[in-house]
Amino acid sequence: MGNLFNNYEEACAIILFGIGFTTLLLHRNMIKKIIGFSMMDSAIYLFLAAKGYIAGRKAPIVVDGVQSMEAYINPVPAGLVLTGIVVSVSVTALMLALTVRLYRRYHTLDIDEITMQARREEA
Amino acid sequence: MQLWQNLPFAMILLPLASASLTSILKGKAARRAALTVISLVTLMAAAFVPLMQGYGGSYTFMMGHFPAPWGNEIRAGMLEALTALCFALVMLFSVLGGLKDIERDILLDRQNLYFVMCELTTAALMAQVFTNDVFTGYVFLEIMTIAACALISARTKGRTLVAATRYMIMNLVGSGLFLLGLTLLYDLTGHLLMSNIQEKIVALSATGKYQQPLTMVIALVTIGLGIKSALFPFHTWVPDAYSSSTPTSSAILSSLISKGYIFLLIKFYYRVFGLREVANTQVEDVLLVFGAAGAVIGSVLAIRQLDIRRMIAYSSVAQIGYIYMAIGLGTQSGMTAALFQLMAHAICKSLLFIATGGLCAASHDKRSFPSLRGAAYRHPAAGAAFVVGALSMIGIPFLSGFAVKLAYAEAAVLWGGPRMITVLSVLAVSTMLNAVYFGRTVVTLFRLREEQIPQQQKWHGGPCFVLSCAALSLLTFILGLAADPVLAAIRSGLEMFS
Repeated sequence: MGNLFNNYEEACAIILFGIGFTTLLLHRNMIKKIIGFSMMDSAIYLFLAAKGYIAGRKAPIVVDGVQSMEAYINPVPAGLVLTGIVVSVSVTALMLALTVRLYRRYHTLDIDEITMQARREEA
Repeated sequence: MQLWQNLPFAMILLPLASASLTSILKGKAARRAALTVISLVTLMAAAFVPLMQGYGGSYTFMMGHFPAPWGNEIRAGMLEALTALCFALVMLFSVLGGLKDIERDILLDRQNLYFVMCELTTAALMAQVFTNDVFTGYVFLEIMTIAACALISARTKGRTLVAATRYMIMNLVGSGLFLLGLTLLYDLTGHLLMSNIQEKIVALSATGKYQQPLTMVIALVTIGLGIKSALFPFHTWVPDAYSSSTPTSSAILSSLISKGYIFLLIKFYYRVFGLREVANTQVEDVLLVFGAAGAVIGSVLAIRQLDIRRMIAYSSVAQIGYIYMAIGLGTQSGMTAALFQLMAHAICKSLLFIATGGLCAASHDKRSFPSLRGAAYRHPAAGAAFVVGALSMIGIPFLSGFAVKLAYAEAAVLWGGPRMITVLSVLAVSTMLNAVYFGRTVVTLFRLREEQIPQQQKWHGGPCFVLSCAALSLLTFILGLAADPVLAAIRSGLEMFS
């Protein structure tokens, strides 16, 4: 239990991941699914950022000529988060575009309803 | 460092760069550009295999002049060369064979974008095969997912939209889990390059610390890639996605994209975690059980289908189950068999999907079995190609399917015990089931009722279609007849792998 409180950022991130994951998988509304996906990915970025931070150090941008490694935090997780954000933004855009097309064709955002209609169309 | 060692880099960069150029070209020009680029990649891959054989080892290629622990790396060995060649060939012939269907299925002003997606998929596949950096693996995995979604939804008729949405949802779940696994892995080891991570993992397991997080990482990566490659309980998106899209998309999805994920998984097992660490977590037992269940249940579900494309889609589920079953053996010979099945199935499934595309086109675009009766007479080339594919799936000697089953049986016998019994009985049962549904389909294709004898026009499908059917059939024969050198090459590649 104590561990959870000491690492509250990581614990938070995993809880958020769980919420996003279940929303993406189980919610029927397309928009909410996309929100779930965004939450899931953001939770991972929170986890990465929390892990990359070292207490008492600064962002890895050289100011005032301080070159020592001990002055700055690890820049790699930030780079990974940036790359990850680019990926999740494009996936979100793609999902939203798909949702627009689905709505134009089936006039609903409910994925179960859409599946039913698609099945009826085929039959 | 010799000049030819730049080839893997060129195989990734060329389609990637050309994809952005192709997006501003018009339909016909885009098609020409994509076909040229994919052929060039195939040529490079074909040249790379003998060069690698002559080199007799593996090498790493530094990207952008940043040395090892910080920079990005490409790594090439015999196995990567062979897989790249197989993927490039299948890609080329899948696109060639489905050109007619692409013209009919996709709106004229969108066709150039379809070819962009083909090029992006090629680039992503090559990157997954050659990369030595786990995060690069993730980024290209997402590129492949996005391209796959576009490949499915490109066809405007039918339920492609729903199929694409369900595909995306399952795949996003998979990549979320995979990314979480990578994040944990980075926290544990502090590295992103595969070889450095493995060093750290060996050191970690020597101290016995962080065993639970490590197990978690292996589980997350396995489940994430398992979902993405349609391992049995996560296969629900497969039938819609494979059956409603245009034949080229189905061929690319089932024989390349899912295989790319599996190749990445094998790479993770060998080059990131190390086989011993993976065996400690017993994740292999899980894969063996799910793979075996998938191989049988996929075939049973395939028998129940009335739509030929859905039947082949379920057969894909069964074959993916096969691959995971061999990974689940956890031995060198099991992995060799899995990789051989990966290549054989990639070739055979694209042959089947392309041939089915031709058969359906000759049957007024209907896909149910009654309307496909006698289709092999209406479209002889497609009929012959389908027979080759179907016989290989059943496992008739001289075809790749037989060589695969032989390799499986050998790997299982080497291991012995309950795993041997599982694998052998699954082999026997699924061969019978395969014979039932592929045999039935072949009989249907060649069955004519008197009044149906079509004196109408015969379909040819054009030279591209015939060429790709012939080439893929030939490759099926080659893998069946020359299985030993290929297996030996895979074995030597795996030895370089760890």
